Amino acid sequence: MSPFWQRWARQLGLPLMGLAVFVMIWGLVADHIHTALGTFPGPVAVAEQSDQLYHEYEREQQRKAQFYVMQEQRNAQMLKENPSYQAVVYPYTGQPTFVSQVGTSLVTVLSGFILASLIAIPLGIAIGLSSNLHAAVNPIIQILRPVSPLAWLPLVTIVVSAVYVSSDPLFSKSYLVSMITVLLCCLWPTIINTAVGVAAISQDLLNVSKVLRLSWWTHVRKIVIPSALPLMFTGLRLSLSIAWMVLIAAEMLAQNPGLGKFVWDEFQNGSSDSLSRIMVAVIVIGLIGFLLDRSMLMLQRWISWDKKTALR
Amino acid sequence: MNPKYLQISQISIEFPTPKGPFKALDGVDLTIAQGEFVSLIGHSGCGKSTVLNIVAGLYQATAGGVILEGREVKEPGPERAVVFQNHSLLPWLTAYENVELAVKEVFRGQKSRGEMRDWIEHNLTLVHMDHAMHKRPDEISGGMKQRVGIARALAMQPKVMLMDEPFGALDALTRAHLQDSLMAIQAELNNTVIMITHDVDEAVLLSDRIVMMTNGPAATVGEILPIQLPRPRERLALADDPEYNHYRHAVLKFLYEKQRHPTGH
Repeated sequence: MSPFWQRWARQLGLPLMGLAVFVMIWGLVADHIHTALGTFPGPVAVAEQSDQLYHEYEREQQRKAQFYVMQEQRNAQMLKENPSYQAVVYPYTGQPTFVSQVGTSLVTVLSGFILASLIAIPLGIAIGLSSNLHAAVNPIIQILRPVSPLAWLPLVTIVVSAVYVSSDPLFSKSYLVSMITVLLCCLWPTIINTAVGVAAISQDLLNVSKVLRLSWWTHVRKIVIPSALPLMFTGLRLSLSIAWMVLIAAEMLAQNPGLGKFVWDEFQNGSSDSLSRIMVAVIVIGLIGFLLDRSMLMLQRWISWDKKTALR
Repeated sequence: MNPKYLQISQISIEFPTPKGPFKALDGVDLTIAQGEFVSLIGHSGCGKSTVLNIVAGLYQATAGGVILEGREVKEPGPERAVVFQNHSLLPWLTAYENVELAVKEVFRGQKSRGEMRDWIEHNLTLVHMDHAMHKRPDEISGGMKQRVGIARALAMQPKVMLMDEPFGALDALTRAHLQDSLMAIQAELNNTVIMITHDVDEAVLLSDRIVMMTNGPAATVGEILPIQLPRPRERLALADDPEYNHYRHAVLKFLYEKQRHPTGH
């Protein structure tokens, strides 16, 4: 075999083989698990169900399009009969589909994660620069860091209900509760890693900064941030993966119409299809988590000055 | 030329350690004229770098002080540019950008954008780095990095240039090249320079005076040797020069007879 094919066999062939073995074992084991809702879904049932979920989405899209066409026709008709008629456009209120739930989950997790990063990166830089601030804040971080999202959630729910009172809410409460819970849980790795990265700047570079009498802002921009960047990204990637895990739990309990609610509803529903539908969600959750991490890696590669370092 | 341009006046420094204060320097006294090239030589651990760091303002002397052109040195500043031993270039900036960072800080409001660009390029050309000025430190050799470090220091137009074993980490050939470059630049600009070195030949070749330091703790100035070789100096011609060898011998004698390294290295 030429080296080219050898490389391809390694890079593509081995992962595919691993996948095939996994699917086989899954199929064999699934057949032997009998539950109240029938046997545990194997690969075939899950594949069929994912197809089904996609069809439901397509059907829902058609219904939505039809709804708006009919509404428009009716309004036109009314206007013709009565020129002073005030046309009212009602939004379509159909069932959320699996695809729209994936979308809701992504929006929720990304908004929580971005908000958390906007807080965590400046805070981490400040903590890394000042050992006094570090001493003051570190105990709080260490105590809040291991708190489970399930402990935050009731508090967040009650506080949001009390504080966010509006007759015409821009965001639904379930969205805010899930997003804030995600934020609270994914702050910490970015804060800690950024602070460590900033504190670990080499003394030589600090001396250069002193000799040049760089202003505080130039010092942070030209020396602190570039040298802390690798660890900052390590923190961001950890934060994003935590955010995604926390989100599913938060959505289940807060009833935010995302993947978490989908899983919960199927669990409550208990039809013969439920288990395979949950399995589809599990696979999609895994795939999205993987893609989120890859996109952070690509962002790091794009921003990082050191293109030679192998990033994993 | 001001004969008392830089006065290092009776400086001592103590560092706190768990076993009580450690006195690294004791009463180091040295006056340097404008345009003079002075080398500090001594065994490792004798506090040469500490002297340099105090002049740079990175350390504060416990007693005594440093006066540059009539003003006391209290903090680091670009008028006392440092060439660090391990070049200390910012790895995420190109050679040009590294020099630019210094030039922008020092000449803000004094030079226009175009003037700054010309000045940066001029200094990189001076150290023969004009061909690779848009490369990052990890793309150039150790000698080239040190050239950029020197260009950065020169570009600040410092009153004193402080060089902390600038060629210590380089191989012998590269070191010789850089020494020649430095002599050529020095002939043109006539900067005031303090250079720390381990290398006896380097000290004799480059310096107007060699300051030999005693061993620590509580190190101080042992002997001062003026080098009265005519300039320009030629490395090859000097190899057989009896005067050159006399100076060389004097330094070696100080280092290996009078100040044998305490641990016997």
